[in-house]
Amino acid sequence: MKLQLSDEDAAFREEMHTFFTTQIPQDVRDTVAARRELSKEQIVASVQAMNAAGIAVPNWPVEWGGKDWTPLQRHIWHEEMQLANVPPPLPFNASMVGPVIAAFGSQELKERFLPKTANLDIWWSQGFSEPDAGSDLASLRTTAVRDGDDYLVNGQKTWTTLGQYGDWIFTLVRTDPSVKKQAGISFLLIDMSSPGVTVRPIELIDGGHEVNEVWFENVRVPAENLVGEENKGWDYAKFLLGNERVGVAPVGSTKRTLSQAKEFARTAGPGGTSLLEDPLVAAQIADLENEILALELTALRVVANSADGKPHPASSVLKLRGTELQQAVTELFVDLAGPLALASGAGDGSDVPDLARVATPNYLNFRKASIYGGSNEVQRQIIAGTILGLRG
Amino acid sequence: MDFQLDSEQEALRDAVRGLLAKAYDTSETRRAVTKQEPGWGDKTWQQLAEMGVLGLPFAEEDGGMGAGPAEVAIVAEEIGRVIAPEPFVEAVVLAGGLVAAAGTPEQRGEILGALAEGTLVPAFAHTEPASRYELAATGVTASGSGDAWTLNGVKEPVLGGARADLLIVSAVIDGGTGLFLVKPDADGLTRTGYPTFDGGRAAHVGFANTPATPLGEPGADQSDVIAATVARAQIAYGHESLGAMETALRTTTEYLKTRKQFGVPLMTFQALTFRAADMYVSLELARSTVTWATLVLLDGGDATEAASRAKLQVSKAGRHIGQEAIQLHGGIGMTAEYSVGHYTSRLTAIDHALGDGRHHLNRLVSTLGDHTVVDPLP
Ligand SMILES: Cc1cc2nc3c(=O)[nH]c(=O)nc-3n(C[C@H](O)[C@H](O)[C@H](O)COP(=O)(O)OP(=O)(O)OC[C@H]3O[C@@H](n4cnc5c(N)ncnc54)[C@H](O)[C@@H]3O)c2cc1C
Repeated sequence: MKLQLSDEDAAFREEMHTFFTTQIPQDVRDTVAARRELSKEQIVASVQAMNAAGIAVPNWPVEWGGKDWTPLQRHIWHEEMQLANVPPPLPFNASMVGPVIAAFGSQELKERFLPKTANLDIWWSQGFSEPDAGSDLASLRTTAVRDGDDYLVNGQKTWTTLGQYGDWIFTLVRTDPSVKKQAGISFLLIDMSSPGVTVRPIELIDGGHEVNEVWFENVRVPAENLVGEENKGWDYAKFLLGNERVGVAPVGSTKRTLSQAKEFARTAGPGGTSLLEDPLVAAQIADLENEILALELTALRVVANSADGKPHPASSVLKLRGTELQQAVTELFVDLAGPLALASGAGDGSDVPDLARVATPNYLNFRKASIYGGSNEVQRQIIAGTILGLRG
Repeated sequence: MDFQLDSEQEALRDAVRGLLAKAYDTSETRRAVTKQEPGWGDKTWQQLAEMGVLGLPFAEEDGGMGAGPAEVAIVAEEIGRVIAPEPFVEAVVLAGGLVAAAGTPEQRGEILGALAEGTLVPAFAHTEPASRYELAATGVTASGSGDAWTLNGVKEPVLGGARADLLIVSAVIDGGTGLFLVKPDADGLTRTGYPTFDGGRAAHVGFANTPATPLGEPGADQSDVIAATVARAQIAYGHESLGAMETALRTTTEYLKTRKQFGVPLMTFQALTFRAADMYVSLELARSTVTWATLVLLDGGDATEAASRAKLQVSKAGRHIGQEAIQLHGGIGMTAEYSVGHYTSRLTAIDHALGDGRHHLNRLVSTLGDHTVVDPLP
């Protein structure tokens, strides 16, 4: 047992810190700090700066741009990025489709897609969920029927995050309706500019547009866009979802947001006094700091012990608790803003600080965190079933 | 002891419920209304006026109906049930309540009569960018004497401040906080309106040597009036929240019955039904506390402590029920097209108007040494 980082890891941390605080466009970091939405261009610029330095996709195989980092180093990379207000590389590219293509795709698919995916020259969308297939993903109905050299795809996907920017979408489609539902699913890559693809916006309760419906009407998809084997898509999806869960506990950004909230509180009291002198506020912040510490230590325990690179079963703990704490901090911000939280729509000339204005839209928006990526109920089920052996 | 409505009160409830059910038959209708200025329905407001709802708590000689806190509670709850955007609590209970409590007989007759008829919608301009939930004004100052005063400073956010036909403004005077009437066309008045996250409207209101008329006795400290009226509005907000929480819970239980995943309705999963049961527990405890606060008002006592207790309970219940309502719906709960998110938004807005749970808990903490047990009965 040992608490300190090795000299090598400490130097690594320093290197990451320097990179993220000097090499990522300042406007990107300012936008994250202001808790505002990033534009597509900003996200692309940020990823490309990382990719130029060779650290955009460290979790990939080395031959496709990955790094032979230890899980601890990967963790440090992720934490330092968030602490520096740098958005993590687009998860659809970096943690989802990239690793799947690298692990299961043909050589041709790898060469065609991986470099562009790492550099965000292709913006990927995730087309898994459907109106009747949410938590029960395997009941999806979008079909792909083989027709000569193509698949003919029909159906509807929903909740497609940032699909309005998407160049390509990776989908789960039903290729064999006659077998058990998990067995007839394939993993297909679809060019979103193909005829028959329609993207329609869904407005969320914070007023923003980040999710979409995607419709497929007789869309022709070349058969070579199939990843791996036909009807094996469920296995690849499980592999992908396991990866999705690992990076999802945003410890660094929650830590940073909480410290930002603390700073905000210093002058948010009546007449510009400090709310930190309010024992209830102080107690809640101290409690949250402690909870986040426990989460971070758990994340460290997980990475320190997962040398074989497989997701640790406790990654569900990270997703569950990580999203709860992320939500608790967005809620705290609304409370700190107090009556000013109502001024969400204020424009120029308002006397309300910017952080108070974005507080409630952020709070409402982050209710999503416990729903997507395997809802918190699903995580509890994994903990109860897989870890505790409680299967009813 | 009686927590039940009498037959007249039930008739009022049914009438308001009927009207609002028609006006806001779906959450789409509400959205269409809140998207356009002024953010609520002029026609619905007029119908509420015709029903006598807008003059409900005011004396008959002031043009009102002479009803009491129980009737206000009934209306507020119906407003909450469909989260009608009409500013009943803001304009009638709060702004109108201040006029009723502090105004001269002429002011009362003129303002409350027009409010009751639906022709004048007042707003209370009180919150300042740095005042938090304080009841004293600090940033807007008043100077003058007799009927001629001027105001300087900024109020923000002022709910309904851009559309208001009359602003009731709290301002610093010698020896306390005074209340003033400001007309929309007053010199040196600027109003910049904007939407709020719950579909409402707020405004930045600036005063630069703006002429104002004292509400009631010139130069009088109105701190007690403000405290008592704000308490009434806090309790009314409690009822509005009860209505909203009840709908959010009902919508959620309906969804658990109909939404199918894994080939079965969600209500097959006990983990979810138990959470709906917990939401119900929160709702009932809030209902008891809020109703009790209205009974304290009816009793004519000092309701500020009861209001704080109600607001604290509602703050906790509103967060619990609002957050769970979204979660148990999954993705659909996050969308602007579906209703539960709007209920959660409205509950969040009410929570942070006139003091959130933590603010009221702090107030209760400061009186902890004054009693050995809390006794709800007088
Ligand atoms: C903002 C946002 C972005 C998203 N982005 C994407 C995307 O880019 N691509 C994509 O494919 N999908 C995306 N999703 C979809 C997301 O993965 C689903 O919303 C999620 O899987 C839940 O499915 P559902 O919404 O259909 O809810 P449902 O499955 O209907 O669940 C409703 C509620 O019931 C619970 N529940 C369901 N089954 C059980 C059970 N057996 N036991 C206990 N509780 C249960 C759920 O946890 C939830 O609380 C996104 C969702 C949101 C909200």
